Amino acid sequence: MSDLFSKSAHELMSLLRQGKTSSVEITQSVLDRIKEVEPDVRAFVSLDEEAALESARRADSLLASGASSPLTGIPIAIKDNMCFKGRRTTCGSKILENFKPPYNATVVEKLEREGMVILGSANMDEFAMGSSTETSHWGPTRNPWGLDLTPGGSSGGSAASVAACETTVSLGSDTGGSIRLPASYCGVSGMKPTYGSVSRFGLVAYASSLDQIGPFARDVNDIALLLNLICGHDPMDSTSAPVNHPDFTAFLNTSVGGMTIGAPSQFLEKIENRDVENVLADAKRVFEDLGVKFIELSLPHLDYGIAAYYVIAPCEASSNLARYDGVKYGFRAPDVEGMIDMYCKSRAAGFGQEVKRRIMLGTYALSSGYYDAYYLKAAKIRTLITEDFKKAFESCDAILCPTAPAPAFRIGEKIDDPMQMYLTDVFTIPVNMAGLPGISIPGGLSSEGLPIGIQLIASHFKESKLIQLSSAFQNCAKRHLARPSLKVN
Amino acid sequence: MEYEAVIGLEIHAQLLTDSKAFCSCSTRFGAQPNMNTCPICQGMPGTLPVFNRKALEFTIKMALACNCRINEFSRFARKNYYYPDLPKNYQISQYELPISEHGWVMVETESGQRKIGITRIHMEEDAGKLVHDEFKPVSYVDLNRTGVPLIEIVSEPDMRSPEEAASYLKTLHSVLVYLRICDGNMEEGSFRCDANVSLRPVGTTALGTKTELKNMNSFRNVQRGLQYEIERHTDVLRDGGRIVQETRLFDPVTGSTVSMRSKEQAHDYRYFPDPDLLPLHVPEEWVDQIRQTLPELPAEKKERFISEFGIPSYDAGVLTASRELAEYFEEVVKSFNNPKSVSNWIMTEFMRALKADEKSFSQIFVKPSQLASLLQMIEEGKISGKIAKTVFDDMWATGEDPAKIVQEKGLMQVSDTSELENIILQILKDNPNEVSKYLSGKTQVMGFFVGQAMKASKGKANPGMLNKLLAEQLSKLSQG
Repeated sequence: MSDLFSKSAHELMSLLRQGKTSSVEITQSVLDRIKEVEPDVRAFVSLDEEAALESARRADSLLASGASSPLTGIPIAIKDNMCFKGRRTTCGSKILENFKPPYNATVVEKLEREGMVILGSANMDEFAMGSSTETSHWGPTRNPWGLDLTPGGSSGGSAASVAACETTVSLGSDTGGSIRLPASYCGVSGMKPTYGSVSRFGLVAYASSLDQIGPFARDVNDIALLLNLICGHDPMDSTSAPVNHPDFTAFLNTSVGGMTIGAPSQFLEKIENRDVENVLADAKRVFEDLGVKFIELSLPHLDYGIAAYYVIAPCEASSNLARYDGVKYGFRAPDVEGMIDMYCKSRAAGFGQEVKRRIMLGTYALSSGYYDAYYLKAAKIRTLITEDFKKAFESCDAILCPTAPAPAFRIGEKIDDPMQMYLTDVFTIPVNMAGLPGISIPGGLSSEGLPIGIQLIASHFKESKLIQLSSAFQNCAKRHLARPSLKVN
Repeated sequence: MEYEAVIGLEIHAQLLTDSKAFCSCSTRFGAQPNMNTCPICQGMPGTLPVFNRKALEFTIKMALACNCRINEFSRFARKNYYYPDLPKNYQISQYELPISEHGWVMVETESGQRKIGITRIHMEEDAGKLVHDEFKPVSYVDLNRTGVPLIEIVSEPDMRSPEEAASYLKTLHSVLVYLRICDGNMEEGSFRCDANVSLRPVGTTALGTKTELKNMNSFRNVQRGLQYEIERHTDVLRDGGRIVQETRLFDPVTGSTVSMRSKEQAHDYRYFPDPDLLPLHVPEEWVDQIRQTLPELPAEKKERFISEFGIPSYDAGVLTASRELAEYFEEVVKSFNNPKSVSNWIMTEFMRALKADEKSFSQIFVKPSQLASLLQMIEEGKISGKIAKTVFDDMWATGEDPAKIVQEKGLMQVSDTSELENIILQILKDNPNEVSKYLSGKTQVMGFFVGQAMKASKGKANPGMLNKLLAEQLSKLSQG
């Protein structure tokens, strides 16, 4: 078996252009790898080998004709919440178990136009609500670093498939950490771009003001390549920003000497795990060796981030998920008497526990008489957090902190304790609240050999600085080269 | 105790944009069910709304016409409720920050003009329609109307009688139609009205408990529904009872109202800002630009017609009830400067034909200049008023010039003295008895001679000249 499946996109791109391989060969290699490890990892909800090979053949003819784009022929997995025309898009939910959208999400359209090979859709927590991919209707995805561990969530399938080399790259979505947390747990790179950088059109909404699509890859170079493809204004998304994004690959392998990183005390004092502390201290040393200056910072309202998030996100979700009612598409409960009964039974049987919990939270918080105390107050906190960051970025280029409080936890460990599960996102949620770009890159391994990610945060539309710093770190520390064992720990 | 009614109206008007409020689907009425739909207005997972700027422009026009303040920043909110005709199960509307507030309009009432306050005008999207099978317990959903842009115009509780409410409603209706932002069709539902009504003892200011009335799809039904509800409130209060706050449905067949849902059953709409849409920014310069494009509105036009053309208030009211009619009138007057005569013709023959054919102005054959020529011919004595009516009917049917019709059909009035004299002499000769009667002093037979002469001339005799010549001939006979 060839080792094409384990190569990064930029390596494959040059092999393709040198004529040393073909997209079909790459895709076949990846499909073979999937056959080998997918029974253990369970990263995919839907896979269509024939369609993937057909895309690969088309990509090869594009490459042969010289009409190709940079990522033509490269395999990619998409999270199961991105509408893929005519193909099952379930959001990890029973209520959409047979839903086939009649249109493509803008990002899917971009991948297809680029000539990328979409392998299939990756598993996720139901409607992206969760931090472990355990709430999926299709069952949990397992962490390639330890099959009894969760890959994190909600984009667990997207992260695990990249870590297990079941795809070259993937797309996920991040509402409170759903790209960065699984990237950290699975030892890959994952970026949540600035809110508004990537079109949300066709991304099935969880919390519209927080959701953002972003890439997963095994190195930062591939992250830059994917950002080049997916960032950009979309007239179909009113919240998409009309900004000109730079060529992100231009920020790879450049000097970071003289740049400033902020270390907010409110983040540092939350670190309880020794391994996480060591990895972060190590990362700081690496950056300092590269000529980066560190300063201390204060983000006074950070501590209210999780509380405010768990008001805003459920409020939006309660409204966004109202459309799943058994009337038009998706699951409809059998044996119903009348309209209200159809609504109640379809939703009761179609949604899982966590989704119902958040719908109820949001419905309650928006109810007459509670709106000011909950939604409005949370919205104000959100503004304060955004202001905190704005002020912080006046004196630094980026903020460094852990991605997660600890390495991956065991499947089943937190599923019955929502509060513990929610606290997993303590370092990632504030970034969504402020709409900032954040990246998680492999920072090192724990004493038990599990990956630990470090998170870099920049100001709005400064993804380029994240690429610049991550690339420098990666080139120097090479932590991203560690590969999982694919065994039970 | 004497009671006074307090009435406020909520009007929903569909805007005449080509495409829907948040997607590019057509808004055309009458298409096959679900033909004017796309994933966005079907509420498919992952779709997002993009606001139609034309709808905003139309709303601003109405807000300006109603003397509202335009908010520089406004935002869309989601109104959450479950119903199968609402595919997202929330309606995009405006709540805390509407596009416009604090307006007023002047309304004609029995006791003269009254100023009715407008609380707010905001934008929202329409819902679809449920179609219920007549024979089976099955309902179907038609989403063609889903997402059609609406404005909701909320009045202050300033009206005191069903007549005032109807007058307010008609005023807003004609303003919307004048602005060409709504077709005003109540039957097709492009102009709808809900009413809130309460009673209070005359002379007091506190508001009584209100009921909300729905399902009144004509001006008359709004009046009937309110009348019924005021009488019902009066009876309840006179009997010492209390009004229950509730929503009631008007039944046009019985003319009564029935309870639909109580306050306790009222929806909690859980409004919150729609995160899919950015706050709307309407710069003052844009508002000023739109203000420049506002047409003359019905009230101003009526006043101008009275002062400029010297026509009675009643005529001015009829002519300005529709913008097209008013413009037609002005065009005719441009070529034939006798406004009262033009007004008479338009209010009678023209409107009769218009009504009979159920034609719209764009379908009319008769050009204003042609109607002017016809009136000119009457004034010049070329045809009689009576002949003119038949000429007009021909013009209406064919669009031919009146001169050509008169010529071809030989309808020119006979003003030739010798020809008329010959006719008169013949009639006098043929009717010796009547001549004797006249000569013996029974001058009423004059009418008989005129009638005979008209008949002989096939109606073309110039009546003034005919009378004069007849009188001359008869006086000759009496002297002879």
